[in-house]
Amino acid sequence: MSVENLIDDFSFLDNWEDKYKYLIELGNQLPHFDDTQKIEQWKISGCQSQVWIIPHFSSSSLSFQGDSDAIIVRGIIAVVLEIFNDKSAQEILDIDVEEIFDKMGLREHITPNRRSGMLSMVDKIKFYARRSLEEKNEHS
Amino acid sequence: MFDAHIVRKDFPILNRLVDGKKNIYMDTAASAQKPLILLKRLEKAYMEEYANVHRGSYWLSEVATENYEKARQIAAKFINAESHDSIIFTRNATEGINLVAGTYGLAKLNEGDEILLSRAEHHANLVTWQQTALKTGARIVYFDLDDCGNFVWNNFATALSSRTKIVAVTAMSNVLGTIFPVEHICKAAHDIGAKVLIDACQFAVHKKIDVQKFDCDFLAFSGHKVYGPTGIGVLYGKYDLLKEMPPYQYGGDMIEHVSYENTTFALPPARFEAGTPAIVQAIGLSASLEYMMQFNFDDIEQYEAELIDYTTKRLLDISGLKILGTAKDKGGVFSFAIEGIHPQDLAFILAKEGVAIRTGHFCAQPLVNALGYNSLARASLGIYTTKEDIDDFIAALQKAKNFFANEI
Repeated sequence: MSVENLIDDFSFLDNWEDKYKYLIELGNQLPHFDDTQKIEQWKISGCQSQVWIIPHFSSSSLSFQGDSDAIIVRGIIAVVLEIFNDKSAQEILDIDVEEIFDKMGLREHITPNRRSGMLSMVDKIKFYARRSLEEKNEHS
Repeated sequence: MFDAHIVRKDFPILNRLVDGKKNIYMDTAASAQKPLILLKRLEKAYMEEYANVHRGSYWLSEVATENYEKARQIAAKFINAESHDSIIFTRNATEGINLVAGTYGLAKLNEGDEILLSRAEHHANLVTWQQTALKTGARIVYFDLDDCGNFVWNNFATALSSRTKIVAVTAMSNVLGTIFPVEHICKAAHDIGAKVLIDACQFAVHKKIDVQKFDCDFLAFSGHKVYGPTGIGVLYGKYDLLKEMPPYQYGGDMIEHVSYENTTFALPPARFEAGTPAIVQAIGLSASLEYMMQFNFDDIEQYEAELIDYTTKRLLDISGLKILGTAKDKGGVFSFAIEGIHPQDLAFILAKEGVAIRTGHFCAQPLVNALGYNSLARASLGIYTTKEDIDDFIAALQKAKNFFANEI
């Protein structure tokens, strides 16, 4: 599954029921966190549901795991992870996530609304990318 | 007779489509929609009557000052204050509560004193006092409601003690809808020498405020919840108390005399309105308050009581739905949870059906957590909410329920 495939799939679905069903399906493929992972350290603040994102750093790229207690939100997390996983820090920072969500017809879920919190999930991912880049620069 | 169908026509936004759907606005408890009469008043104030207040001796400034001060009188009338000098314009209720805590609270509270709050306070009337307690060494004491959200007199009375200096309570819970017996609360608090602040944010939308009957010392509400503009709120204080209180902020318009070395401060309310106030917002608020006062509050209450009964009945028809807050005396807010459906997921579907509800902790996180939830859904009523709105809202809930039944 690539981001291009996701965009194709979502733009093919022309009503919200089908879009949401597909989101839920994608979310269902995410493994659920156990209680040791659902901790304050990984919690994204400012969400209407509980969202956790755990970063994993390797020498060349970053990847993330995510979970939520809301099932449509899990679907959104699945899409976000597909967009950002296994990319370099610089690639992550360069991604225009709003444009991608727009193409999927899901833009309203990623608009700057601090209460719905989807964007704070993206902000957090970009924060980890920035930190990883800074650390790399310090070592070089 | 009060007719929400007619009232509805006064609110242009309710007639627009939202995302192609009929606008079913069920989030009045967060902020109310605005009547046309307010929008016209704002336009007139900016187009024909605008200048700074209390300063210029030219015509426009005189008109603006007159309208601004008239707004104060209208606000006084709205809550039946003994004098318009007891009315301070603030940004919102939060600022009103902060003003009392930051002036009266800091000046009067000492170590060992107690601040009595209910467990149903929202953050504005909770975090503010927590911080005041930290600064003064006073202690916060909470009293419980019962499991249905009823105010229990005995819980309150036993929490009240000779150490209680301030009682700060909502007149209507924004989560549970519970109406508090503010008149009796004030009487009991005064008997032991404590002062009372009433958070009337939700109450003001649904019931008649009468500060003289309540005999409260302070009362705060927000303009945007009573069909008025954002950025304006009202703080009422008994004048003798206001006179004793130090300023909250410093600057222009709140002074009597300034030299390079020293300043003497104006009498209230000017003392608490430093800088250029929200002139047009205050004038706009007065238009909204006059709009509300044209109705008989008894009629509104009666209509709302019927709508509350109807909504409760329809909600309880939905299997797995639980209403949090079923107090005997409650206003038009319905916090609820549906088994197996996260409120956030529910709100996504409802939004697609044109239904606006609030989800989360409604700025009352400790209460929502104490009820056993991280997040709830909440629907709330306004004077423009019709039975048809409730039917559409329930239909959307059913649709969401069916949608998730196939998914889980």
